[in-house]
Parts: sequence; structure tokens; C-alpha cells
Amino acid sequence: MAPVPTPLRDIAKIVRSKNAGPFEITLDIVFKTKEDFEAVKKSGVITKELVSELYNVPTQAIITFGFFDLVNAVKITLPRPRPQGGVGETDMHAAQQHVPLQEIRVPWPAP
Amino acid sequence: MAVSSNDEIRILTPAGMLGYGFPIDHLKMGLALKPHAITIDAGSTDSGPQKLGLGEMTCSRESYVKDIEVLLEAQHEVRVPLLISSAGGDGTNLHVDVFRDIIAEIAARRGWRFKLAKIYSDVDKAHVSRELKAGRIEPLGPVPPLDQREIDAATVIVAQIGAEPFNKALDESEGIDVIVSGRSYDPSPTAAMAIRAGFDPALAWHMGKIMECGALCAEPVGRTVMGWLRHDHFEIEPINPAERCTTASVAAHTLYEKTHPFRLAGPGGTLDLSNCKYEQVTDRRVRVSGSRFEPSTHYTVKLEGAKTSGYRSIFIAGARDPIFIGQIDEILTRVIAGTRAYFKEVPEEAYRIIPHLYGKNGVMGDLEPVRTPAHELCIIVEVSAATQGLATAICNKTRTSLMHAPYPGRIATAGNLASPFTPLEIPLGQACEFNVYHLMKVHSPTALFPIQVEEIA
Repeated sequence: MAPVPTPLRDIAKIVRSKNAGPFEITLDIVFKTKEDFEAVKKSGVITKELVSELYNVPTQAIITFGFFDLVNAVKITLPRPRPQGGVGETDMHAAQQHVPLQEIRVPWPAP
Repeated sequence: MAVSSNDEIRILTPAGMLGYGFPIDHLKMGLALKPHAITIDAGSTDSGPQKLGLGEMTCSRESYVKDIEVLLEAQHEVRVPLLISSAGGDGTNLHVDVFRDIIAEIAARRGWRFKLAKIYSDVDKAHVSRELKAGRIEPLGPVPPLDQREIDAATVIVAQIGAEPFNKALDESEGIDVIVSGRSYDPSPTAAMAIRAGFDPALAWHMGKIMECGALCAEPVGRTVMGWLRHDHFEIEPINPAERCTTASVAAHTLYEKTHPFRLAGPGGTLDLSNCKYEQVTDRRVRVSGSRFEPSTHYTVKLEGAKTSGYRSIFIAGARDPIFIGQIDEILTRVIAGTRAYFKEVPEEAYRIIPHLYGKNGVMGDLEPVRTPAHELCIIVEVSAATQGLATAICNKTRTSLMHAPYPGRIATAGNLASPFTPLEIPLGQACEFNVYHLMKVHSPTALFPIQVEEIA
């Protein structure tokens, strides 16, 4: 059967965001199995350029971006749009900034 | 005081955060495993800059009294060191003294005696200025370089305590029962106990790194966790029988709230976890080996500070009319321009008016991918200004203008907003901002951190 574009929220075990200190936000995508992790990695969909576009951050400002085999995870760390908890804050813990990642669509075998 | 055997040191951590409570049954089950020390961290920058900026604590004093009394009772019974780090959340000298007073009150009430060591971590601003001039301070990550103005503006500056000051406190005085420390690198108390007993610092830091979060490394995540550190590995197991550590849950733990999953910088060096091995020992216990520690060329400590930045007021209102919601951005732009024109005597840069539109993009702001607003909005307008009175006045003007703002196609001419609360304008007090988050080179890992020992009876 032909693969269909499937959002990461239907594939990954964890898609989350959180502060990593008051000046960074870190995003984790953890997969259920090594096979899922490898398949998403191989698809080539998740790139620095995509993160740059989704989070409006220049690629050279991305602090961490990588596929980490030992933990079957993609980890992305970005500068925070503003220091945590100051005037204009919308998400003190940066706990709800993961949604654009959930919506990334990867070619996936139809269920 | 119990000392570790040559082969193993056992550490019990009742919870990942002091003040949030933990199951007393699990603490007792942990004590039955004969730990050589009990460690618990109270620190976090995660709930905001107002602690450092205004001297607030993460939890209420009553929450700390509750948790500390349970821990002192355990210490009184088993007589192994109890290490409490980052008093009050920010670890200022003020909050080390609050914890000291809480311990003294409980000891007096219960008739207990403790030998207490306090480790302070406030750094004199004049010292920070000298070190800045000497070129020994650098930003930590995407932070602006430090300058004298920000040092002056910071309410207080603390430095993070590594393992060495804990060991100095334990070495200098026999029979320390309790240590209360100022701002500490979270794994320091656990790492210090293991390093002092002669174990591999890499394993000590890695075990500390996992245990500082309690049983967050378990599935499902929990509170109380026990670590067994030996010469070439450590093992980790949650106390709650309903939770288990798996190789995946323990390996993935270092993703959480960290910049990088395998490279974790701390006082004196960087922990490298890229070649770690995780083995399932029992159904619920994981063995970890292969952690590496790279000492840094210069020992650095992290400085943290926050300043106050004026006062804030907000109003909260609902909107349900689709004709209004469809034009909300244009209406707000006009209303804010009108407010600014009305307060023309106040310099424009001296105050800010920031709308938060829940149901549209309140959580993600400009990054929100969904462009269609919901059928109803929660509108919060945040105003910051030099005084509470001015912030509230500007907030009031913005709210009343928005309430009665005309817009094309308006047929609900009595008012645009549904207001749930009085006061309609809510004063929020002082706003704060992190302004020091830098690394400072030090000659000695202990010199910045005065230690005081006292008998509490």
C-alpha cells in the first residue's frame, strides 16, 4: 500500500516542549521503536530548515538539532523568543510550544 | 553517621522538588534500604524570575515546613546526612536562613538535636563587577553579554554550588546531620556524597543528574527513587512498586529540560553520556555504565540574577460576537493607538500594551499556524509601566475603549466585552526579568560559598 502523509502526533510516543533554563526552549520527539525512529530519520522530512521555518528562527541560531540513536529521539533546542517570565510572556514553562512539530507530516504506511 | 561501604553507596531521593510533598510510605520503604544519605533539591528557575527579583519562594513556607518535618523525622531516625539544596527555589542567603529557621522551629517543637551546615551562595555585586572587568564572565547560551548596568539592576546574584562545597562542609566538621545549601547545581548533593566516598565522578554526576528529578526517570513518572552507585556502574529504581525504570525511560530522562541529551555542562566540567550503556537488571531496575566526565580547563560557576521591571496590570474579558471577532486585530490596533494618543505626555517607550488573544494565538503568538479564530475569545491585555497606578490607568483606558469601540458592521451597540471579574483592572504588582545567566571563571570551587555550622537544639 502506498504511504500516506501522517502527522507525527500519530507516530511518536512523545512530542513536547519545555524551558531549558530561562533563555532556551527545548523540543523532544521520542519514538516508540527504533524502526519508527529510523523510518522518520530516513524520510528526510525533519530538517533544520523545517524547524527554522516553523519556529521563525534562523538556522544558525538553532542551538541543538539532532537525531539521537541511543534514545530514539529528535532533540531541538532554540533560543527563547523572550527571557522566561518577563513582560509579554505567553508560556512561562514553554510547555505548549510543541504543536507545530505534532503537525509535521511524514510519509507513512496507511493504517 | 553511616559511611558507605567500599563497594557501594546508596542514596535516597524522596522527591524531585522539596515543597510539593511526597508519599511518606515510600520514604519509609526507601529508608529500609539503608541509604547512606538522603538528598532533595528545592531549586528551579522554571516558575519564573520573581523569586530572585522579589525574594519570593517557589512554595509557601507552610509547604516547606510540612516536607522538612517529615525529612527531619527520617534523619532523626536513621542518622544519615540529609542534604537540602537551593533553599526556597532560588537559593538566596535569605532563603537559606528561612530553611534554617524552619529546622530550628521543628527541632524545638519535637525536642530533636541536629548539627546543621549552611552553605551560602549570594555573590557580592562588587565582586561580579571586578570579575566582569577582568574578562572572566561570559553569557551562558543565547543571553546578552553582562554589563555594569545589569549588575546594578539585579536584586541579588547567586552562583551555583558544585560538589566541592558540600564535601568541604562534611569534611570540616564531624557528624553533620543536615546541610541546607544556597543555589546549587541540582545533582551536586548526590554527586558530592558519591565523590567523597571515592567513586567515579562521571557516574556520580550522572546518577545525581537522574536522581535530582526524583522518580521522573520511571514509567509512569513518580516521586521517590533510590540509587546504588558502585565502582563501574550505578543502578536506579523507583520506590513505588507501581513504577518501573526501563532502559528507555532512564536513557531518555536526560532529554528532559536539557539543551543537549548527551552533553551536560556543570560546575567544573561536562558530563558526556554518548557512550552510556543501559541494562535492565530486574523488571524495575536499570544499570548504567559508560558515563564520562570531561573536566573543564577553567572551573566555572553559573551566575543567576533577576531584576524588577516596572509594574503590571491586566484586564480579562470575553468576546463572542463573530462580527467583532472577525476584526479583532484591526480594532485592537485602533484602540491601542487611541490609548497612546490619550497618554501622550508619557514617553512611548516607558510603557507597553500587550494583547493576549486566547482562541486566536494566545499561546503561540506569531508562531501560531492556525489562522482562523475560535467562536469565542478570551482577551487579556497586559500593561506594564513605571508605577502600579499608571499601569492600571492605561489598562483602564484600553479596556473602556475596547468595550465601546465602533467597528464596521457593528450591531451590538451596547458593549463589545463580557467581563467576568471585578476588579475590572487587576494590578499584578512588580514584573521581573532574568538578567544574569552567565558563567564566571573561579580560582577555587569553594571560595565563593561560605559555610557555617551550628548546633540546633
